[in-house]
Amino acid sequence: MTAELIAFDRVGKRFGDAVVLDDLSFGVGAGERVTLIGPSGSGKTTILRMLMTLTRPDSGTITVAGEPLFHEKRGDALVPAGEQHLRAMRRHTTMVFQQYNLFPNMRVLRNVTEAPVHVLGLSADEAEERARGLLDMVGLADRLDAYPSQLSGGQQQRVAIARALAMRPDVLLLDEVTSALDPELAAEVLDVLRDVARTFDVTMLCVTHAMKFARDVSDRVLMFNEGRIIESAPPDELFDAPKHDRTRQFLRSVIEES
Amino acid sequence: MTFDWQAAWGAAPALLRGLATALQAAALGYVIALVLGLGFALLRRSGRRWVRLPVAFFVEFVRSTPLLVQLFFLFFVLPTVGIELSAMATGAIGLGVHYATYTSEVYRAGIDGVPAGQWEAAKALSLSRGRTWTRVVLPQAVPRVVPALGNYAIALFKDTPQLTVITIAEVLSVVKAVGSQNFQYLELITVAGVLYLITALVIAWPVRVLERRYRRESA
Repeated sequence: MTAELIAFDRVGKRFGDAVVLDDLSFGVGAGERVTLIGPSGSGKTTILRMLMTLTRPDSGTITVAGEPLFHEKRGDALVPAGEQHLRAMRRHTTMVFQQYNLFPNMRVLRNVTEAPVHVLGLSADEAEERARGLLDMVGLADRLDAYPSQLSGGQQQRVAIARALAMRPDVLLLDEVTSALDPELAAEVLDVLRDVARTFDVTMLCVTHAMKFARDVSDRVLMFNEGRIIESAPPDELFDAPKHDRTRQFLRSVIEES
Repeated sequence: MTFDWQAAWGAAPALLRGLATALQAAALGYVIALVLGLGFALLRRSGRRWVRLPVAFFVEFVRSTPLLVQLFFLFFVLPTVGIELSAMATGAIGLGVHYATYTSEVYRAGIDGVPAGQWEAAKALSLSRGRTWTRVVLPQAVPRVVPALGNYAIALFKDTPQLTVITIAEVLSVVKAVGSQNFQYLELITVAGVLYLITALVIAWPVRVLERRYRRESA
């Protein structure tokens, strides 16, 4: 059993009257690939956003690499984390977004080198070498000088994956990375992610409706409903013999949709 | 009534000197407006209320009171508390601070127009706040507000006749001074109007060029 890299302990979150996460506890081991599935609004994306410190929990604690994410020690007490602590904790994690979120004012190469140079302290040459390698891996070695607006959605998402990997994160968060793409372009992106899963020793948390991809790359699949995990199992077990009625119903609806 | 071309021609050198003075005050004032306006816009986004609120109050106060009153205040009241500035410095600061309250709103709109996803991507890459502002947000926010900022350059220039009240010898001062001797106001004001028009068009030209360039780049 791998050591636990991420731990959610009784985490709660509401948006207005809606309970998004309901006293949620779970852990993810180092190097584990976990896919989060479930209907819209069941809290999956909120979990990724919390790990990226984009959303704060209302209650409970989240621990990453043994350190509380939203709290820091002051003397013996745990107090809400300041920006410095959050920045340090963010270094463990990067995220690929549904809408790519590349920087439109920077060319492809610069999108990938910006953070390694200015956050990790790599020299420009080191960062460029790393970026070229990653962009080659995602099949975009010939588009280094393009602006994001000159790329297709699938290409932009592949740049976003290269950009995230250039940070050599411990945890890679993938938030519905193919939802904005048509099936052909989505397949390209999923192929790249299969490569990533094979090649990189990175913990992956992935929110997706691409069930075949989830089956191929995941060590474990978590089924969410109304802010709770109702089923957690290896992909073959969860997809082939779901135990919970809600899981069966959800999987049927996803299959019909696709 | 006939138009005396000779009088118009004769007054041109003095009016051009006035125009040069007006342009000097406008240029200095505009630089102040651009820099200070950005500062106001950033401070108004501060997470600290004690920073945000006083700046918001100051911006509202300056924007809601006439430029003329502010010029009088700077020129006649500040010396009574020991702050003495030259007329040109007073004019540039007056114009600059007044227009900074407008440019701050323009910057604010540009910053608000940068999608939330850009801030989130910067966070996801652990970029520092300073880097996020200077490399991600402002390079996207500023180009889209260049036309509006340029329009304020023209508006600011057109407010330079108000500097006449603080003894700056800009175009209108020259019109008044020369007109009080020869009473040929038709010629003087016509030439002054033409000079204002040509200058405003010249100021607008680079703004339009930049606007087209940024539109092409973001297409």
